[in-house]
Amino acid sequence: MARLIRMDSAGHTTVAEWTAEDEQAVEAAVAAFREQLDAGYYAVVSEGEGRARQVDELPLDEPLVILRRPIAGG
Amino acid sequence: MTAEPLRETAAVYWRPRADDRRLTRRGRIWTLTTVAHTIPYAIASGVLLALEPLSAPLCAILLVHAWAVPALYAKRGANVLKQRPRAAAGPERTALGLLGDLVGHEARELHARTGLVTEHGTLGVWLVGESGAVLVRPGGRRVHCWCVHVEDKALPSADRVAHLLLALRTDEQGFATVANLAFSGARRRVRRRLPPAMRPALDEAGRLAARPVP
Repeated sequence: MARLIRMDSAGHTTVAEWTAEDEQAVEAAVAAFREQLDAGYYAVVSEGEGRARQVDELPLDEPLVILRRPIAGG
Repeated sequence: MTAEPLRETAAVYWRPRADDRRLTRRGRIWTLTTVAHTIPYAIASGVLLALEPLSAPLCAILLVHAWAVPALYAKRGANVLKQRPRAAAGPERTALGLLGDLVGHEARELHARTGLVTEHGTLGVWLVGESGAVLVRPGGRRVHCWCVHVEDKALPSADRVAHLLLALRTDEQGFATVANLAFSGARRRVRRRLPPAMRPALDEAGRLAARPVP
């Protein structure tokens, strides 16, 4: 089962879970994903050591999508 | 590392994108600035002493200045790796689990000992902390210390590291563009000013950076 998680004060929170076959879960995950992006989170897919990719659409075939806050200098 | 620009670079649109050549130049400028801060004090001290030996106390003060200014800059560099107060044990444990999934065994073990994570990049070897990162340039002798943080004070420490690590992995040059340079200079100068527990991490980053690129 794929997961959308958000790094937050709890360590991380699972925002959504889905499987490609479960249309309702996919719809809910896509809606939750959009909601988190609208709230200012950035979505990242880890592609192994040394690599990560930003995503604007929920990649349904990825097992784990991580939501992070923006970073800033200073 | 991917070429897709880090989103946060839009907030610092006026900064030229960091790359190897620019970092080398910034490092040289930093060294020249340090020399410019130091040499006048040292020369003035020598001239004063030659003209009037009784001015020795004043000469000593000038020499202390010549020493203190670069030392303060190096301390500022070391401070980018300063640790923040810990969150509650539960969230820290959960965050540590996620960070552990993102890094390899050696980096995980190093983080457990020092609170820092090493990461290979094209610009050098990074040492990522909770509110900053140190880039050890190829060869292992020069470091660039960067102030950069995630804007959420409630996050557990491992999550703060994970935020920076994911941003760095997304776009290394963008990461170095967004971050504020706090110091550039010799690795040994920063090492001396780090807490003893963190020094092995900088040593390890230095060792990795000194390896010839395959």
